[in-house]
Amino acid sequence: MDDLTKLVSNYIAKEYLVEGSEVTETMTLISSGIVDSFSMVPLKRFLEKKCNIKIADACATAEAFDTVQNIVALVRRVQNE
Amino acid sequence: MTETVSFSYQDLLENFDWSVSERELGYKKGDRLNIGWMCSDRICRLGQAGKPALIWEDHQGREKRFTYNDVRVLSNTVAHFLVSLGIHPGERVCLFMDRVPELYIGFLGILKAGAVAQPLYSAFGDESLFVRLCNADTAAIVTQRKHVHKVRKIRERLPGLRHIVVVDAGDAPLENREISLEMEEAAPIEHFDVYPTVAESPSVLHYTSGTTGQPKGAQHVHYSIVSQYLTAKCVLDLRPEDVYWCNADPGWVTGTSYGIIGPWANGITQVVLDSGFSAERWYKFMEKHRVTVWYSAPTAIRMLMREGDELVRQHDLSSLRHLCSVGEPLNAEAVLWSRKVFGKEFHDTFWQTETGCIVITNFPGMAVKPGSMGKPFPGITATVLDPSTYEPLNQAGATGLIALRPGWPSLIRSYWNDEAGYQAKFKNGWYLCGDRASIDADGYYWFVGRDDDVINTGGHLVGPFEIESALLEHPAVAESAAVAKPDPVNMEVVKAFVSLKPGYEASDDLELEIMNYIRKRLSPIAMPQEIEVTNAIPKTRSGKIVRRVLRCREFNEPVGDLSTIMDD
Repeated sequence: MDDLTKLVSNYIAKEYLVEGSEVTETMTLISSGIVDSFSMVPLKRFLEKKCNIKIADACATAEAFDTVQNIVALVRRVQNE
Repeated sequence: MTETVSFSYQDLLENFDWSVSERELGYKKGDRLNIGWMCSDRICRLGQAGKPALIWEDHQGREKRFTYNDVRVLSNTVAHFLVSLGIHPGERVCLFMDRVPELYIGFLGILKAGAVAQPLYSAFGDESLFVRLCNADTAAIVTQRKHVHKVRKIRERLPGLRHIVVVDAGDAPLENREISLEMEEAAPIEHFDVYPTVAESPSVLHYTSGTTGQPKGAQHVHYSIVSQYLTAKCVLDLRPEDVYWCNADPGWVTGTSYGIIGPWANGITQVVLDSGFSAERWYKFMEKHRVTVWYSAPTAIRMLMREGDELVRQHDLSSLRHLCSVGEPLNAEAVLWSRKVFGKEFHDTFWQTETGCIVITNFPGMAVKPGSMGKPFPGITATVLDPSTYEPLNQAGATGLIALRPGWPSLIRSYWNDEAGYQAKFKNGWYLCGDRASIDADGYYWFVGRDDDVINTGGHLVGPFEIESALLEHPAVAESAAVAKPDPVNMEVVKAFVSLKPGYEASDDLELEIMNYIRKRLSPIAMPQEIEVTNAIPKTRSGKIVRRVLRCREFNEPVGDLSTIMDD
């Protein structure tokens, strides 16, 4: 697991899951109801601050935030823009 | 845009009497009346036992189907289980679950046992849950394994909570006061003596937010079904062959009045998707199940709009016949968008927890004025009142307080343990909704805004007091105020103003920490999406926070009279 994946996974496990639960890279977050459109806001804010990026609202879709894998891909895409 | 309609608004208006609904439900004054029985046993007796009542799907695509006979037997099973636990008639039984079949069927089971159903949104954090269970002195809670940890955190502070029923415990170890009920695995109860509730027996306790104090328990009675049945039939235009989808969670009143009682009292097949939002998933779901009537919310519609028109075109949604919306004013753009992509207009409906049923609406067949709330449902006498005299304003276009003449079946009968709060909702013989509107020359109502500090976010009302109280429990916060801030998708979101205790400094990390603190303690909808650190929270000379000033700033509105505000 690379550093970015670890950063995202740890944050989601700490803030969104029951203590002791583990997050996998493909576990669905939005469609399973773990994260909703309201609770996506601090997650987006966290990514922007820690990765020093700005995620446009149009890119902050349910699909882009549905798994750790998708989130990491989104961050990388924004970093490379 | 023409529609084939079952009812003409004008005809219904001219000949209206709630007894139409009583007759169709087979109810006579003085009879026993139980919503649980009405929505299951009665439909079976009408020869619909084998008809699908509920088609349920989760986010992984797993599907379950329940006929009306299944719903009848399984709700008997739940009722029998509760009675065997020693739950007494009138005691509150909380439903704290995602949208699983046990929530819908358990709701009827609780009512059949004569207990009061207290549905709560499963995204609530432990503090929001505690406040509501404590206030209602709830005797039992029915929940899922994934949510039981929140109950465990607060159960020692709830001595009245005798039973924690877990519907999917499996092999997981249970703790103190916890008991397993796997509804479909339990011995089916074919015959159950439904508790003989009558029209005025308490049925459902929904918690709703006000400007002051903690959330209030809005107490409904079994007679509410008379309103819910008829409005579901006439406004949602439900017909026997329909496949109906209501997006609302039964933790909120729409999810019970029109996600359980209305459709099932009409013997309709309803579909439920237990999944988070995904535009593609929603369209696929409607396409797969050939949904005909869809009851959604402006926030959801705006989120769908954001995903684009092309996604709609990739799905066959030709089964859709009637679209309605509830929760917040439906903006004209959303109505026009639905015309364009679905070939149908969303019909806005206005009502609230306390009214129990739709009270102002764009009736099927009535010309929709995009952005308007529509007209009062026949049987509902509505007006707008002068805010100072509480007399009706008779001038077209004048803004006043939306008020309804009490007397329709589903108006709440009380706030739980808060008679003063309940009485305060009535002035000059009118029930005050707490919203402002105007009425145009054609009799259409136009929403203006709330008349208080309650925040309407994503169609949910959030009380500022509950947020401010939770903010003050964060170690860094000295003072707090919570107000609405405009938002293009959710209409409003929560914005908090805080002053910090000595030793703390404003930072992005602290803001994020406070946001997550509120999200976990209360709920995602109550979480401030912005926190402004300030040492100038406006207060009256007696020290009361003046939220109006902060709210006006957020909305770029004139602040008005500031003479009572303390000088810095």
